[in-house]
Amino acid sequence: MWCPGCGIGVMLGALLRSFEELGYDCRDTVVVTGIGCTGKSDDYLVTHALHTTHGRALAYATGIKAFNPKLKVVVIMGDGDSVTIGGNHFLHAARRNMDLTAIIINNFNYGMTGGQFSGTTPSGAITQTSFYGNPERGIDICALAEVAGANYVARGTPYHVWELKTNIQEALSKKGFSVVEIYSPCPTHFGKNNQMKETRQMLHWLKEKGLPVKDYNRLEPSQKEGCFAVGKLVDRDEPDFNTRYEAVRARAMAPKGLRNGDTQ
Amino acid sequence: MQGNQAMAEGAFYAGARFYAGYPITPSSEIAEECSRKMPQMGGVFMQMEDEIASMAAIIGASLAGAKSFTATSGPGFSLMQENLGLAVMGEVPCVVINVQRSGPSTGLATKPAQSDVMQLRWGRHGDQMVIALSPASVSECFSLTVTAFNFAEKFRVPVILAPDEVIGHLRENVRIPAPGELEVIDRKKPSGPPEKYKPFAADADGVAPLAAYGSDYIFHVSSSMHGPDGYSNNNPANAAWRVDQLHRKIERHREEIVLTKTFDTEDADILLIAFGATTRASRAAALELRKQGIRAGVLQLITLWPFADQEVAALGQRARTVIVTEMNYSGQVAGEVRKVLGAAADIRQVNKYNGQIITPQDILEVIR
Ligand SMILES: Cc1ncc(C[n+]2csc(CCOP(=O)(O)OP(=O)(O)O)c2C)c(N)n1
Ligand code: SF4
Repeated sequence: MWCPGCGIGVMLGALLRSFEELGYDCRDTVVVTGIGCTGKSDDYLVTHALHTTHGRALAYATGIKAFNPKLKVVVIMGDGDSVTIGGNHFLHAARRNMDLTAIIINNFNYGMTGGQFSGTTPSGAITQTSFYGNPERGIDICALAEVAGANYVARGTPYHVWELKTNIQEALSKKGFSVVEIYSPCPTHFGKNNQMKETRQMLHWLKEKGLPVKDYNRLEPSQKEGCFAVGKLVDRDEPDFNTRYEAVRARAMAPKGLRNGDTQ
Repeated sequence: MQGNQAMAEGAFYAGARFYAGYPITPSSEIAEECSRKMPQMGGVFMQMEDEIASMAAIIGASLAGAKSFTATSGPGFSLMQENLGLAVMGEVPCVVINVQRSGPSTGLATKPAQSDVMQLRWGRHGDQMVIALSPASVSECFSLTVTAFNFAEKFRVPVILAPDEVIGHLRENVRIPAPGELEVIDRKKPSGPPEKYKPFAADADGVAPLAAYGSDYIFHVSSSMHGPDGYSNNNPANAAWRVDQLHRKIERHREEIVLTKTFDTEDADILLIAFGATTRASRAAALELRKQGIRAGVLQLITLWPFADQEVAALGQRARTVIVTEMNYSGQVAGEVRKVLGAAADIRQVNKYNGQIITPQDILEVIR
């Protein structure tokens, strides 16, 4: 289903190994996917699954998790799904701190539709719809997740497979909204247009420019240009939506006069 | 009680325990009611970031086992269309209330209209069939909400309940039936070995049982074309089978789904066809005509889709004149009536599209 050299399969492998190592049971695991090359992942899974519409996976997952907090809900999306067409849902899933794990393949373009630019495509990059260079700036998914209120944020790549698996496991184990962004080669489209036609050139780029968080943080601002941090970026324990909603229910069910908002 | 409140109460009676929505006049009272009552009943109320997310969330909750619903009006209903299509494709039971208001666009945001009749039916891309109901009184707001949930659960479909602003904001006395008084239907659950479960393999009644996420019956639901097992399947024969199935499961239960009411139609020379708020003006007009010695009757369309073609044919063919009253410009229902009765029939239209309701006087004028 995916092109040779595509990073999506590496992500899926790391996710499945994580499920296995954490002892996940298919019966209480729901994988929700968006639309795109990345969104096709559910066809390989034997867990419960919901293959949704482009950009809306998080909103579907929100309904599942809010109604049945016992389910483990994992959402697999592309950069188009998660922060371009679906950017609003991303902000609000993070703000609500829904107990979901978002796994995002960021290949810096729309793979499925033939390589047009997305909301993460770097400025100046050549794509099928930015032939003379992308006039827009790309968004930093991890930074966005952090300010919007995610409990856990990490970045990985298919080059750093072991670290990726660790981060995915941490994200799965974290209560609240957790995000793992994966910088991923799309040799067929993005690589071809940006001097990385061969997969190994893209992997080389991920290896050279992707630095462990500690090393990255030590760099001077001028040295950071073109580099990116790999690993865990945010880790906190704000209460998730369901925990807060339980408190709302307790107030709603309390005898009249004890509820918040009653005036007397 | 207000119409909007009655719809919320009807949903609770039917067992709805999940609501997600985005505020919009003239439907917001439904959300407000849910925000108060859902947590008391152990249910969930969520105010989402928009109507796209609201529609998505109720589908997710339904697949997790909830009876779920949302409520909106014109602009919000437009935003829901794509995900409503997923509920059709994925055969997900849920209820969408569209309290119709005047358009186009933001239009007269607080004023009534009945101009979404075609959007209810054809608002989404792709071949599909939907069930849409329209109440004409506050007590129908209650009972038809229960019916909407029953149809959704029984046929594994989204059901749209489409009152107009007049009915949503109307206040009338309603007697809430005791539990058990009205039938409440729950979706068919799978039985047998879980590994054999196929979420889109229909039983003899055309409807497949639906498991819930979290049960032993593991299943996939997809917006993409899929086989009986829910996994992607682009085979043309499979695609044709799916589209057929989505239509046939509704068509074969037409008798049960198409609901109408008649008032003095047995001997009617003049047949008024109406739905929602215009039913009330039509009845008043028909009574006035009877006083004048003219045999007039009213056919109220409760189910807007599938269209009541047989009922319209039976009454329309024996009437001398048929008058269709609706708050829209082009006569969205009148067009369907014309399809049934033919171009030669004497079909007259009463249309109003200025945000004002149709009065009995407006109707009497086209008869003179
Ligand atoms: C509402 C809507 N608009 C456009 C599309 C067409 N479309 C399908 S996939 C896609 C982009 C996918 O990009 P991304 O989410 O980054 O995933 P990738 O294919 O790169 O893995 C688009 C625009 C669609 N399916 N739905
Ligand atoms: S087009 Fe790009 S993202 Fe899609 S499968 Fe091929 S390499 Fe992967």
